[in-house]
Amino acid sequence: MKNNWPLWEVFVRSKNGLEHRHFGSLHAADEEMALENARDVYTRRNEGVSIWVVQSKHIKASNPENNGELFEPAQDKVYRHPTFYTLPDEVKHM
Amino acid sequence: MKNENIIQYIYGIADNALILGQRLSELCGHGPSLETDIALTNMALDLLGQTRSYYQYAAQLMADGKTEDDIAFLRIEREYKNVLLVEQPNKHFGYVITRQFFYDVFHLLLLQELQNSKDEILSAVAKKAIKEVSYHQRFSSDWVKRLGDGTKESHQKVQDAVDDLWKFTDELFHMTQDDMLAVESEIGVDISLLKEKYYQRINKVLEEATLTTPETKWFQKGGKQGIHSEHMGYLLSDLQYMQRTYPNMEW
Repeated sequence: MKNNWPLWEVFVRSKNGLEHRHFGSLHAADEEMALENARDVYTRRNEGVSIWVVQSKHIKASNPENNGELFEPAQDKVYRHPTFYTLPDEVKHM
Repeated sequence: MKNENIIQYIYGIADNALILGQRLSELCGHGPSLETDIALTNMALDLLGQTRSYYQYAAQLMADGKTEDDIAFLRIEREYKNVLLVEQPNKHFGYVITRQFFYDVFHLLLLQELQNSKDEILSAVAKKAIKEVSYHQRFSSDWVKRLGDGTKESHQKVQDAVDDLWKFTDELFHMTQDDMLAVESEIGVDISLLKEKYYQRINKVLEEATLTTPETKWFQKGGKQGIHSEHMGYLLSDLQYMQRTYPNMEW
């Protein structure tokens, strides 16, 4: 029966204040089942406080073949990092 | 209420969790999909965890050196006080879900009352278990609806399971003498009062699942007195094998 179930991507937020992160994928027939399955498969060791699920087909992914044009131009632009001046101690999370 | 009777009252609750947990753990590695396999095993672990809390308390009341393991593994069949429903075998996934659903609805109603027990330990165990069992009920209810309102085959299978297991539901509300003593001393729950709400909830889900509520008025009981169905002996031989073969063995 599993062959007929669509694939879902699971995002879990570990603690309040932190963002949801991709944890993995699973099969489920509908949204509710996807949430329940995600809870059982990915949060049984107390990993999460919030879960998002989305059908994998709704994710548009970049094509690895285009990596050159997409990402390489950024490799030699060190001036885009804020590393050329000293940050005061009071400024956090940079 | 004498300790002896409290212990029997505890068995009446805890043995259900142990035996249903054992049935679910038989499916570990055999679930219909990886996700449902893990879900069923999770529920088995919840139930075994609850069982331990109850048995540890019972062992403490016995005060004769016996432990939770003695209670779980070394009683004879007649000394287990679980209802017949939970010992029924894992025929197919729809059957497992229906058995679970019939028990979960009762289990949650029971715990919601047991948390008001005058016995502090029973009340604490109930409070902790309510969250687990709320999820069990959600999981099994959703699956009953999904299967009932699913394909022609899944509908038929789950309807057959409902028809077959229905006769075991009435026993859930059967009051033993220890139940009555526990109610009198305000440590236990008057389960006979839960019956109406139970069938309301069950019928609501069955209706949503496009399933038919059986009309039979014939019900089977006996488990709560220790008189079990033929399946129980096989279950216990699995459950008790290690302790019987290697007495006092530990992990």
